[in-house]
Amino acid sequence: MGMGLLQVGIIVIIFLLLVKPMGIYLVKVFGNEESRLGKVFGPVERVIYRIMGVREQETMGWKKYAGAVLLVNFVMLILMYIVFRIQKYLPLNPDGLDNVPPGLAFNTAVSFITNTNWQAYSGENTLSYLSQMIAITFPMFTSAATGFAIAVAFIRGLIGRQDNLGNFYVDLTRTITRVLLPLSFVVAIVLVAQGVPQTLLGAVHATTLDGAGQTITRGLVASFESIKHLGTNGGGWFGTNAAHPFENPTPLSNVVHMVCMMLLPTALVYAFGLWVKDKRQGWALFTAMGLIFLVMLATVLYSEYRGVPAVQALGVQGNMEGKEVRLGASESALFTTVTTAATTGSVNNMHESLTPLGGFVPLAQMMLNNVFGGKGVGLLNGLLYLILSVFICGLMVGRTPEFLGKKIEGREVKLAAVAILIHPLIILAPTALALALPGSTASIANPGMHGLSEVLYAFASGAANNGSAFAGLGANTVFYNVAIGLVMLAGRYISIIMMLAIAGSLAVKRVVPVTSGTLRTNTPLFTGILIMIIVVIGALTFFPALVLGPIAEHMAAL
Amino acid sequence: MERKPTLNKELVNRAVIDAFKKLNPLVMMKNPVMFVVEIGTVITLILTLVPDLFGATDVGRGYNLAVFLILLFTVLFANFAEALAEGRGKAQADSMRKTKSDTMARVVQKDGSYKEVSSTQLRIGDVVRVEAGEVIPSDGEIIEGLASIDESAITGESAPVIKEAGGDFSSVTGGTRVASDFIVVKVTTDPGESFMDRMIALVEGAKRQKTPNEIALTTLLAVLTLIFLIVIVTMVPMAQYLGVKLEISTLIALLVCLIPTTIGGLLSAIGIAGMDRVTQYNVLAMSGRAVEAAGDIDTMILDKTGTITFGNRMASEFVPVSGVSGKEVTFASLQASVKDETPEGRSIVELAHRLGENWPEPAYEGAEVVEFTAETRMSGLNLADGTKIRKGAVDSIVHHVHSLGGKAPADLESITNTIAKAGGTPLAVAVNDRVYGVIYLKDTVKPGLKERFAELRAMGIKTVMCTGDNPLTAATIALEAGVDEFIAEAKPEDKIAAIKKEQQEGKLVAMTGDGTNDAPALAQADVGLAMNSGTMAAKEAANMIDLDSDPTKLLSVISIGKQLLITRGALTTFSISNDIAKYFAIIPAMFILAMPQLQGLNIMGLASPESAILSALIFNAIIIPLLIPIAMKGVKYRAVSADKLLLRNVLLYGIGGVVVPFLGIKLIDMLLHGLNLV
Repeated sequence: MGMGLLQVGIIVIIFLLLVKPMGIYLVKVFGNEESRLGKVFGPVERVIYRIMGVREQETMGWKKYAGAVLLVNFVMLILMYIVFRIQKYLPLNPDGLDNVPPGLAFNTAVSFITNTNWQAYSGENTLSYLSQMIAITFPMFTSAATGFAIAVAFIRGLIGRQDNLGNFYVDLTRTITRVLLPLSFVVAIVLVAQGVPQTLLGAVHATTLDGAGQTITRGLVASFESIKHLGTNGGGWFGTNAAHPFENPTPLSNVVHMVCMMLLPTALVYAFGLWVKDKRQGWALFTAMGLIFLVMLATVLYSEYRGVPAVQALGVQGNMEGKEVRLGASESALFTTVTTAATTGSVNNMHESLTPLGGFVPLAQMMLNNVFGGKGVGLLNGLLYLILSVFICGLMVGRTPEFLGKKIEGREVKLAAVAILIHPLIILAPTALALALPGSTASIANPGMHGLSEVLYAFASGAANNGSAFAGLGANTVFYNVAIGLVMLAGRYISIIMMLAIAGSLAVKRVVPVTSGTLRTNTPLFTGILIMIIVVIGALTFFPALVLGPIAEHMAAL
Repeated sequence: MERKPTLNKELVNRAVIDAFKKLNPLVMMKNPVMFVVEIGTVITLILTLVPDLFGATDVGRGYNLAVFLILLFTVLFANFAEALAEGRGKAQADSMRKTKSDTMARVVQKDGSYKEVSSTQLRIGDVVRVEAGEVIPSDGEIIEGLASIDESAITGESAPVIKEAGGDFSSVTGGTRVASDFIVVKVTTDPGESFMDRMIALVEGAKRQKTPNEIALTTLLAVLTLIFLIVIVTMVPMAQYLGVKLEISTLIALLVCLIPTTIGGLLSAIGIAGMDRVTQYNVLAMSGRAVEAAGDIDTMILDKTGTITFGNRMASEFVPVSGVSGKEVTFASLQASVKDETPEGRSIVELAHRLGENWPEPAYEGAEVVEFTAETRMSGLNLADGTKIRKGAVDSIVHHVHSLGGKAPADLESITNTIAKAGGTPLAVAVNDRVYGVIYLKDTVKPGLKERFAELRAMGIKTVMCTGDNPLTAATIALEAGVDEFIAEAKPEDKIAAIKKEQQEGKLVAMTGDGTNDAPALAQADVGLAMNSGTMAAKEAANMIDLDSDPTKLLSVISIGKQLLITRGALTTFSISNDIAKYFAIIPAMFILAMPQLQGLNIMGLASPESAILSALIFNAIIIPLLIPIAMKGVKYRAVSADKLLLRNVLLYGIGGVVVPFLGIKLIDMLLHGLNLV
């Protein structure tokens, strides 16, 4: 256990060391001033703009920006759906896979355009290489870039003087050309070096020692894996995701995956501080998220090392069910925490097999949805809670609440409240519906409290655009495909529109000067309050559901 | 200033009756949180009458009845809080209506004759004559005459004030009484729009509109209510899936416990009471928005004269020039002022007497009094023997002695400068062609102001003093009073410019004023406080009127504005924090029979599921009346930095809000169980 903790500690330190340099780089990427970056990437980008017909200097108000986001995403969604539906007739299908049925195609297209990567299918025997490349790997770039662009736009609104959130097409392009592509390239090479396959050839047929025939699927896995984690996407090339030896062959590749997941979400929080010219503000938010992360991590570690009392009585220490021996308990626990904090959703162990309390952590992190969170939107969700905290605390110091000099008034509270309301609504309502209908309860592998967790987890994963599965739930039914598909759409776009609307509304506000009567939002005190509000609001909304699922199960096992 | 009694029996009785009247769903609908509670109340009432309405149930009629009664009281307590807050304003409005009886007005006809009409028939432009002892029938401007007016009907102040035609003191208010003499008044408002009418509407809160922050908070509370509604509704199928049947009345109990009823029930009471506190300070705020804006003020622009200083300059010292003794200059000053009836002149005589100088009457019998004029800028006496005694502006006196062949002493200028630098006004004294010295007139800063300005600074509010004085004098007074900035030699347009400059930096500005030329600045400021003694124009431009005409009231209004927001924030925090304990009371109670392992969540060790639910519900209800005093008086506000304020309120209402219900619910549970009620 000591070695395990040491490993976890070292990896967390690597996370921290990368925050500052990456954050500084991000600020440069989206800055307007001419830089060396512009010289390097500018020519390529200008060609792209020329082809797309983008006027680089054009600026967008929040409505136009939101409109561009929705348009681009919608067009891609339709294209992806079509590719899945006709993949049989398209090239690069060496294993001769059939077209994807409509419900699953809808679910999968939505899943990848929303950066969720919920997979109701197993990649290796459902999707052709072409589908994997242009309808899975490609949106892994664009969905991550979309989230990133929105976060950048929101920050522009926060520090802006007019309703000018930048240019979505430029932000989208720059995220891909200057951040995601170069990083993915490097990471893919590293992964190939670790033994991850990268080939257009079809499956290998082998005969095992005892004479049985075996089909070993492979494909463009390394390029897929790199963006999967850098873009906090999470969908696996193979059904078993990062537990598969081709996706995650060595402990080192495991570390690379985790570092990739945490890199951009954490750096973005720091970049936010640089952006608003208040580093302490960035660190305050970072600390709040970081402390929640550490508590969650400690809970999984404790719980998995402790194991299940009934099994313990038989002399078995810890809980290794559903975990890869080559990765071990501590690396699995860390991966679980990281993948649900950064809302990536890839798994290197089966979350259903975690102890009840260990399984509670990924659920809780997806319910909070802002412990660093997915690319861009995690920061936005954090800022959403921050605005709520500012509102309540601002009242308590006797002034109209203000954040970074902008007054938080009725309109902002209304928009933020809708964004906060939508999350529990799209988790609890479909969970309740699924548990009430006989058809959908039939998909549950382990009825009872654990089954409740399975369903709750599926919708929490969809709503948080996480995509990890608790497993145990046969989710490839029309009901779950459509329901989770709709939940993913609502979870992604409603809050995005609300946040852009808030940005537009804040952008045109006069900046109130800071006095000693102003609530300071970058102090340890405020950070503490922020944590309290995140935890309390989250706990208050999901407490009954969690009690009936993992908490009851945990207490029953005691 | 007169503070009205806080509570009396009559007010409470009236509020109790109003609490029931407010049960009307159309009224309740305006408050989404409490409306949900009312719907829950109705459902539990039905379940008390027909327990099996929604299918077979295990709970008895008695349990449903208990839930119903507690919910009913929850609603009534909230209504009572609101009614109580409204009560004082209503009572005050009633008494004002009585004074505003239907008076007869004597309209001056074109031919100069009079015609008696009812005051309700007066229109703008009518001219009326009001004699001593009569009530002024409508708001207007005096166009002829001078009278002392008893304004106690509005201000509560019994000492009459002098009003006269022309100038800044010509406006009169309908409903006030002419105490002596007569005036001719030109009516400036139509019936129903007079100051008195507006004032009645304001104190009654008839047209009370929700303030921006109140709207924002109401939205948040409504959304929280909606979230908890989702939580409760979705819980039913989840529980059913696990084979647990939940009782409707228990679900309603949990819902009511979770939604923010504490702040929801007290929110409007807090707003009304806040406005009422402003009224108790004898300040009339035209809207709640103005009071709230006062809490946000960054900069205060204050007139020096009358606000920071008393305004009447008093003699404080007689400074001789070289070659003249102190006694001589004192005597000369006394001589120059014996016939000067201005406050300044009287203060000179008084000071000279105190210094032991006397000049008996016969000595200046037959002397010619030289009055002060704007051209000569000096006054004094020409004695029968030809001696010319003068006092006045230093350059005028110098000019005067030059014309008589004398010349100014060498040290006159340095003495003058010293006095001006110290913030005083120098007056030179001369007897014939010889300057004796300088009278040091001092404008005194009101006591206690320096401390209040320091408080404002701690609150983050900048004070700017506006004065017509020269920069030197202004600087000294500014230092003495402790203001942050000053504008010297200020003209009325300078005030507007100063306000606009601050506003451009994003600051909210407050100012006080009384003159007609203050009106544009009062309108420009975010909070403009007009003096009741001022002109109608100023009063109309401002969004607050101080009936006592005390400009320092602005400080109190700012505190009230802040207190209003803090009270809302604190009770919201308290309300949400309470939910943690309520969950730990009700959730195990709901499931413990089906899932005995959840006993571990019953951390309060409550006796039985029924008593746990009822205890949480009772706590939820009685916390409302217990917090009424805080809602009415406001959370204690101290002028400290925002960080300290936040820490204090978070500890008190946040952490306190978590801990108190654990204790309260346990206590109620012990009582219920001890008395064998469940």
